[in-house]
Amino acid sequence: MAEEAIKISGKKQSTFMDKVREVLPEGGNLNLCLTCGACSSGCPATGLSGMDPRKFLRMAALGLDEEILKSDWAWQCTMCWRCMYVCPMKIDIPQLIYHTRKSWPRENRPKGIRGSCDMALKHDSCSAMGASEEDFKFVVEDVLEEVRNTQVGWEDLQAPINKQGAMFYVNQNSREPVTEPDEMVPLWKILHKVGADWTYGTKGWAAENYCMFLADDAAWKHIVEVKAKAVDDLGCKYWVNTE
Amino acid sequence: MQDPCNQVRKTFGDAYAEDLRFVAKQVVGEENFIDMTPNRSNNYCCGGGGGALQAGYTEERRTYGKIKFDQIMATGATYCIAPCHNCHSQIHDLSEHYEGGYHTVHLWTLICLSMGCLGPNERAYLGEDLAELLMPETKEAEE
Repeated sequence: MAEEAIKISGKKQSTFMDKVREVLPEGGNLNLCLTCGACSSGCPATGLSGMDPRKFLRMAALGLDEEILKSDWAWQCTMCWRCMYVCPMKIDIPQLIYHTRKSWPRENRPKGIRGSCDMALKHDSCSAMGASEEDFKFVVEDVLEEVRNTQVGWEDLQAPINKQGAMFYVNQNSREPVTEPDEMVPLWKILHKVGADWTYGTKGWAAENYCMFLADDAAWKHIVEVKAKAVDDLGCKYWVNTE
Repeated sequence: MQDPCNQVRKTFGDAYAEDLRFVAKQVVGEENFIDMTPNRSNNYCCGGGGGALQAGYTEERRTYGKIKFDQIMATGATYCIAPCHNCHSQIHDLSEHYEGGYHTVHLWTLICLSMGCLGPNERAYLGEDLAELLMPETKEAEE
């Protein structure tokens, strides 16, 4: 018969593994690692900051949370899911990364991502580049007018804004209206050609969401809610966002 | 053709990757389409996702992207289609940084080019070989 279970003395150190396990279906399989290394061999971030996905997971499993937080690697990983895709046990390493980002004091998180998130919180446009609702409307209308006036056959091109009841609410990355507005035109032409019933909205028009990358849950939620409400308020059936 | 992680692996899967290829082949011609290896759900991330473009670890981002760069160069293709905003920025930057010489295009650019309706100001990402191709008719703006 088996002896009595061996008890390991000493305080349990890890919180990462526990916290992440709580929020994931089936605990994210975090304790099922076979240490095969498929994750690391196929990860483009392997080797950056002396880290790789397997090492990261093993450190978490050993309760080395403090050491994990000393590494910048969580910001160099793109949470692309390739590690989880190739993992025979489907271990959710990206969620562990997200939690690590969340465990950094907000003021220490990368300035660029934080600044983009903060900027998006300033207007209901949700633009990480700070373009307002009025800015967006002005640029779209200005570009549209020029195309209608100068391109033969496109006199009737549409770029609807706040069109009530349109089937598709289309988001637009801030980069186009802010830095290269002509790049919006091909998209409009395609939607026009196929006869899509679509609209932009002044509220929540910006596609990007850096608050999610920042791992700021409350701000991320706020951005999504502003955008979702904009889609609902216009009575649109589909929300198109490829970000 | 870059398979964007967020659209393919993380959301709609290989069926979506096939749709992307269907569209791309329709517009450039099947004989001009070259796949990277690996691809579809097994594709490598370009290195621009997850906030990396704004995270400030520029050297690490480009080292990450070297795998993508090598993958693209191995195809010998002149153009890389990036149907994702993040991918477009990153893959464009990789070409400039590592002097790959390939062009990075949005899918919308090629769709409109193939339909003969890509306006003169909408060709910023085309190379010299396609810059004047199928130029649609324009007129002076009325005052």
